Amino acid sequence: MTDKEALFEFLLRLADDHLVLGHRMSEWCGHAPTLEEDLSMPNMALDLIGQSRNLYTYAGEVEGLGRDEDALAFLRTEDEYKNLLLVEQTNEDFAQTMLRQFYFAVFMELFWEKAHSSSDEVLAGIAGKAIKEIAYHVRHSAEWIIRLGDGTEESHQRMESAVLELHRFTDELFEIDDVISSVVEAGIIADPSSLKAEWDRRVGQVFAAAKLEVPVEYWPQSGGRAGKHGESMGYLLTELQYMQRTYPGMTW
Amino acid sequence: MNQETPVWEVFIRPRNGLAHKHVGSVHAADEVMALQSARDVYTRRGEGLSVWVVRSKDIVASDPADKDELFEPAADKIYRHPTFYDIPDEVGHM
Repeated sequence: MTDKEALFEFLLRLADDHLVLGHRMSEWCGHAPTLEEDLSMPNMALDLIGQSRNLYTYAGEVEGLGRDEDALAFLRTEDEYKNLLLVEQTNEDFAQTMLRQFYFAVFMELFWEKAHSSSDEVLAGIAGKAIKEIAYHVRHSAEWIIRLGDGTEESHQRMESAVLELHRFTDELFEIDDVISSVVEAGIIADPSSLKAEWDRRVGQVFAAAKLEVPVEYWPQSGGRAGKHGESMGYLLTELQYMQRTYPGMTW
Repeated sequence: MNQETPVWEVFIRPRNGLAHKHVGSVHAADEVMALQSARDVYTRRGEGLSVWVVRSKDIVASDPADKDELFEPAADKIYRHPTFYDIPDEVGHM
């Protein structure tokens, strides 16, 4: 694997994380529990999809085969998507949606802070914009986790179930393989495992305020980076890709 | 949420030097969430530099039934409007 191939693969993973989570968030549009959240969640979805567009466009340039953001976002098969398993998990309820957002956003906030001084100028530029958006995602999801965790009996129980369901997908955030090693060595990103302690601290802080326990024993799940996804991913892509597959090259 | 969730009035200041202006209301359980909701609902198109939220129940309002005694006495005092003075051209816009 050349440096260029590693960079492309890395950008694709990051873009896929943002597109898939953005799509999941957008599924709430028109279904949120209150009008306020019905605007807030699509706002976050649009932030994430906007970030994915920048990343796909740059990935296409790095690849150099003429694929643009649309080709990369809409015209790949399921096993070619390299997103984290965490971000493809279904919405289920509001508690699970907020926790999924929180886990990812806390990581990305740390990630973008480092990427701001990346040796890769384009990525540093994307970081500059993304960092403000993701800071708000952390803030908003954390406030909800605290209120639900330390809320009613039912809201607490739903937060606990969400933690039980999602925590096992968080180790994948910090995984290192050849692709990551290559971009770390090139000074493009920080070693993700170096972000783990601070991620643990920030999550622990919010969980303490929310009267939730950070799971100690769980069975870590991964495979998204290798293109191995859960059953729900196929349904997500079917909806996501429908227009481009049915009317190739359509624009509006 | 709804019956028990307090209503908050939202005020936004669009630019430095201007006053905060009432733009609408949101439902939220407490002041932190009220501020976030206000941001999400009312500043999506870059409307503001600053947001205030105030609990609706904390606003003291005049009674619409009192409007005659409160506001009508001003109607015939046209000299309170600065429209009777000639402004020299050199002054320009005032």
